Amino acid sequence: MDVFLSNLFNGLNLGAILLLVALGLAFSFGLMNVINMAHGEFIMVGAYSAYVAQNLFEDLFGSAGIETWFLFAIPMAFIIAAAMGMVLERTLIRRLYGRPLDTLLATWGVSLVLQQVARSIFGSPNVQVTAPTWLRGGIEVTGDFQMAYIRLFILALVALCVSGVWFYLSKTNPGRRTRAVMQNREIAGAMGVVTPRIDMLTFGLASGLAGIAGCALALIGPIGPAIGTYYIVDAFLVVILGGVGQVIGTVVAALSIGWLNAILEYQTSASLAKVIVFALVIAFLQWRPAGMIARRSAR
Amino acid sequence: MTNLLGTAVPRRPVTAPRSKAAFWAREAAPFLIGGFLLLVIAPNFLSEFRQNLLAKYLCYAIIAIGIDLIWGYSGILSLGHAVWFGLGAYAMAMYLKLANSGDSIPDFMNWSGLESLPFWWEPFRYAWFALPMVIIGPGILAFLLGLLVFRSRVKGAYFAIVTQALAVILSVFIVGQQAYTGGTNGITDFREVFGMTLATPSTQNFFYTATVIALGICFLIATCITRSRFGRLLNAIRDDEDRVRFAGYNVAVIKALIFAISAGMAGVAGALFVPQVGAITPSSLGIVPSIEFVLLVAVGGRGTLTGAVIGAVVVSWARSTLSENYPDTWQYFYGALFIGAVVLFPSGIVGAWRRLILEVRMRLSKSRVPAAAGSMDVDAKGAAGVK
Repeated sequence: MDVFLSNLFNGLNLGAILLLVALGLAFSFGLMNVINMAHGEFIMVGAYSAYVAQNLFEDLFGSAGIETWFLFAIPMAFIIAAAMGMVLERTLIRRLYGRPLDTLLATWGVSLVLQQVARSIFGSPNVQVTAPTWLRGGIEVTGDFQMAYIRLFILALVALCVSGVWFYLSKTNPGRRTRAVMQNREIAGAMGVVTPRIDMLTFGLASGLAGIAGCALALIGPIGPAIGTYYIVDAFLVVILGGVGQVIGTVVAALSIGWLNAILEYQTSASLAKVIVFALVIAFLQWRPAGMIARRSAR
Repeated sequence: MTNLLGTAVPRRPVTAPRSKAAFWAREAAPFLIGGFLLLVIAPNFLSEFRQNLLAKYLCYAIIAIGIDLIWGYSGILSLGHAVWFGLGAYAMAMYLKLANSGDSIPDFMNWSGLESLPFWWEPFRYAWFALPMVIIGPGILAFLLGLLVFRSRVKGAYFAIVTQALAVILSVFIVGQQAYTGGTNGITDFREVFGMTLATPSTQNFFYTATVIALGICFLIATCITRSRFGRLLNAIRDDEDRVRFAGYNVAVIKALIFAISAGMAGVAGALFVPQVGAITPSSLGIVPSIEFVLLVAVGGRGTLTGAVIGAVVVSWARSTLSENYPDTWQYFYGALFIGAVVLFPSGIVGAWRRLILEVRMRLSKSRVPAAAGSMDVDAKGAAGVK
C-alpha cells in the first residue's frame, strides 16, 4: 500500500512536470501550428541554468548561496529559455509558417545543434545540483510513504505556473490577444492585433515554461545534454490527448498520463506501462479524435 | 507559381506528347544508369569496406523510396518508419539467430534464465516463414494501425506525433523485454547465413547484389504506383483530402494501403540491413533514425523517386564522412543540414537541379516562359508540405 501510494505521488509529480512541458508545446502548436522538436532542449537549457546558478551563487556567497540559489535559478531559467525561444522564433520559425511538417524537421536540426552546444560547454557526462537543505527530507504520511519536500515544492511551482498562465491568458491584454490569434489569425490581425509580436511572445512564454520544467527536473535527477529528449514525446502525447491549445485539457491529459504511467508501472513493468498508455491514447483518439476538450470555433 | 517561400519549384516540364520509344527511354533511364553505377562501377572501384557502407546506404534508399511514396506523393508524414524497418530487421535477425544456435536456445535467452524457446520464436526457425514475414509483418501491422488512425481522421502533424510515439514505445518495449528480444544489445553474433559464412567477401557481395536488386524492384513498384490511377489518387489526397472523400473514395483505406506498402519496403530494407551490419539493436528503431529517414527524402527532393534515392546516398555518405572526420563537432553540420534542407532547399537536390535546367532552357530559347510553368502548381504545394 505504501509503495502504491508513493508511486501515485510520483506519478502526480511526473504528470505535473509533463504539464509544464506540454503547456508550452500546446501553445506553439495551437497558436502557430509549429511542431517544435527543440522544445525539449529548452528543458535542458533550464536545467543547465540551474546548474550554472548554483555554481555562481556558491562562488559569490559561499554557504549562504547554497541555501538561496534555487530561488534565483527559477526566474533565471525562465528568462534564459524564453530569450532563446524568442530568438529561435525570430530567426527560423518565422520563415516556416504554414508548413508545420517542415518546422518539425528544422527544429529537430536546432535540437541537434543545441545538444551539441551543451556537450561542448558542459561535457557529455551528467552533472548534478544539490538541493538546498530546506528542501531535503519530507512529510511522513504512513510508514514507508513519505512526501518529499522537493516534490511538494515542484507541485506548488507547477500549480503557480499554471495559474499564472491561466491569469495571463484570461485577464491580461497580451493574453487575450493571444487567444484571439489562436481562434482566428486573420480576423485578429484585421482587428489590429500585431500577430507577429504575439507569436514571438507566446513562443518565448512556451520556451520559458519548459525552462522552469528543466529547473524542477534538475532537483530530482541528473542533468545531461539529452535530458529533453526523454520528455518531449510524452509531452506531445499529452498535447494530442488534451486537445490543442486548451489549458484545462492539457492539465487533465498530463495528470492522467502521469498517473496512468505510475499505476501501470506498479502493476506491470516500466516498459509495458508505456506500451499500454500508448495503446490507450490511440483508443481514446478513436472515440474523440480532437482530444479531451475540442476547440469550439469556426475554422 | 510559387510556394510559400516565394521560390518557384519547377516540375518536370510537360511538353508535347513524346513517342512511345522516348517514353520508355525516359522511364528506363534511372534503372540503366543506376544499375550500371551500382553493379558495374561500384564493385570495381570501391574497397570492401566502402562497398559494405554503400550497401547500407542502399538499404536506406529503399526506406527513402517508401517514405517518399507516403510523404512526397500522399502527404502523410511518418516519424516512426524505423519501427517497420526494425520489425523487418528483427524478423531476419531472429531467423539468423536460430539458424546459428543449432538446437540450443539463443545465447541471450540463456543469460536471462529462459529455459525454452518462446512459442512465437518457433516459426522463425524456417526461412519460408521468416523471409515473407519481413514484408508481411510490417505491412499488416502498418495497415491495421493506419486504418485505425486514419479512420478517426488523425492526419498531418498529429499523425507524425502518433507514429513518433510508436517508435519510442517499441524501442522502450524491446529494451525492457530483455529475455525475449536481447534487450539493449539487440540480436547479434551471426556467423552463418543460408550455409555461407557471413564475414567472407563473397557473401557480402551476394548481399550487396541482393540489396541493389531489391532497390531496383522497389523503385519499379514505386514508379508503377506513381504513374497509375492509384498514384493520382494519392496526389489528390495530398492536395485536398476532403474533396477526395466527397468524391466517394474511402480515403482511410487508401492511405492505410500506401502506408502498408511503404512499411513493407522498410521491412525489406531492415532484413537486408541485418546480415550486412551483423546486428540489430533497439536504438536503430527509435525516434532518431526515424527522423533521419525523413531527412533523406527532404534533402533529395520529396515527390521524386530519384530524389529519394539520391538523397539517401548523399546524406548517409555525408553523415559517415562528417562523423569520421569531425567526431566532436559533426552534429553541428548535421543539424545545419536539417535546417538548410528545409529553409534553403525545400524542393531538395532534384528540385534545385530541375530549376537549374529550366533556367538554362529559358536562357537558351529566350522565349516566353515555357508552358510547364503553369503545371508547377501541384508540385509546389507538395514541396511546401502538407497544409
